[in-house]
Amino acid sequence: MAVTAAGRQIRVALPAHLRTLAGVGGEVALEVHEPVTVGTVLDALEAEFPVLRGTIRDHVTRQRRPFLRFFACMEDLSNEPTDLPLPAAVVAGSEPLLVVGAIAGG
Amino acid sequence: MSGVRVLVGTKKGAFVLTADGKRDKWNIAGPLFGGWEIYHLKGSPADPNRLYASQSSGWFGQVIQRSDDGGQSWEAVGNQFTYDGTPGTHLWYDGTQHPWEFKRVWHLEPSLGDPDTVYAGVEDAALFRSTDGGRSWLELAGLRGHESGARWQPGAGGMGLHTILLDPVHPGRIFIAISAAGVFRSDDAGTTWRPVNRGLKSEFMPDPTAEVGHCVHRIAMHPSRPQTLFMQKHWDVMRSDDAGENWHEVSGNLPSDFGFPVDVHAHEPETIYVVPIESDSLHYPPEGRLRVYRSRSGGNEWEALTQGLPQKDCYVNVLREAMAVDSLDSCGIYFGTTGGQVYASPDGGDHWNAIARDLPAVLSVEVQTLP
Repeated sequence: MAVTAAGRQIRVALPAHLRTLAGVGGEVALEVHEPVTVGTVLDALEAEFPVLRGTIRDHVTRQRRPFLRFFACMEDLSNEPTDLPLPAAVVAGSEPLLVVGAIAGG
Repeated sequence: MSGVRVLVGTKKGAFVLTADGKRDKWNIAGPLFGGWEIYHLKGSPADPNRLYASQSSGWFGQVIQRSDDGGQSWEAVGNQFTYDGTPGTHLWYDGTQHPWEFKRVWHLEPSLGDPDTVYAGVEDAALFRSTDGGRSWLELAGLRGHESGARWQPGAGGMGLHTILLDPVHPGRIFIAISAAGVFRSDDAGTTWRPVNRGLKSEFMPDPTAEVGHCVHRIAMHPSRPQTLFMQKHWDVMRSDDAGENWHEVSGNLPSDFGFPVDVHAHEPETIYVVPIESDSLHYPPEGRLRVYRSRSGGNEWEALTQGLPQKDCYVNVLREAMAVDSLDSCGIYFGTTGGQVYASPDGGDHWNAIARDLPAVLSVEVQTLP
């Protein structure tokens, strides 16, 4: 676990196309101020990688895009409130928040 | 020596095909943006190194890419397309009203004079403009705000604004086309719009000659004669000689007047090209023979161009954005197919070669003629 003056260090796993778009090779690590929620993690992600704005959630409504889901610690968080605190293992940095593309299409 | 750069958008990425002026040896670069749908790429007429690309995905939405070095490197720019005001509703497939929802950019049209100004035609149909090289986008809301907007209805492929023609002679005149609403014209740089569909007849409509509702697949003009427009409609090839005020049919002896693209020879304003498709329910060439049809009289009399094109067992489609011409002395004609072939003719359509054969399904083809 890492806690810095800037906040908690949170791990995020992105789908391959978003890793390519953001120019990252694997998981990304983000400094996130508490409370650590899906919403605050996505805020930090989009601040670090502006190219991802609009690709995970709508610019205006902030709603999750329909073919993406959020998982952590074996839980589907996709339909939970985005201001719900993430599981302790994510906050502690021992588990990532997973952004997953639906298995659909060709 | 002069050359050409062919920008190919496909279902799974973009490809850039280059050749010198002979156009007999081709280099293929790509895929760019692999795995994403590239609906359209186009270069600025004012700066051939400035390119724009529409990159989209059902999962991840819309991205706009920009290159300032002719496609060697790319930068993602602005992707926020927010309808002006309260979006309202339009006609849905079942006749009910449906909220306007942004889905993707179908067409990017760089300004004729300013590389940083570019227009975007989107689904659900609307026109946006950027004046900062694609970083931010504002809707030209007078189009969607036309009183007919609530009567626009999607075609089978969605309600896309797919054609943007900038008149090089009359400042401020813009033509756009929407499936399935029809053609609209602005004479004040996109502030106000009116439909220009008189003469179109679409039997699938309750009123076949209604002001809006026509499934226009593509319109094209020659820059020296912008008052003359050519149209491939859902069915019928049409022509207007008064900037869209009146249209008449020029399908003539085509084997089918259903199709998607239409384009105009670079140096002969009365020489036009279409690719007939069997029907609205059979999207492949009649008799399994891939034929481009050329008219040297602006329509009505058509000749089949077949040399180098498959003349049996061919069941590909050629989509509305997938034909373009270069402006070399001997005009080159290019088109891409849903089977992943890109065909080029360096002699105005007399002879064809596959310059790429196994790409993903081709969505769009644009050509830059380079000094």
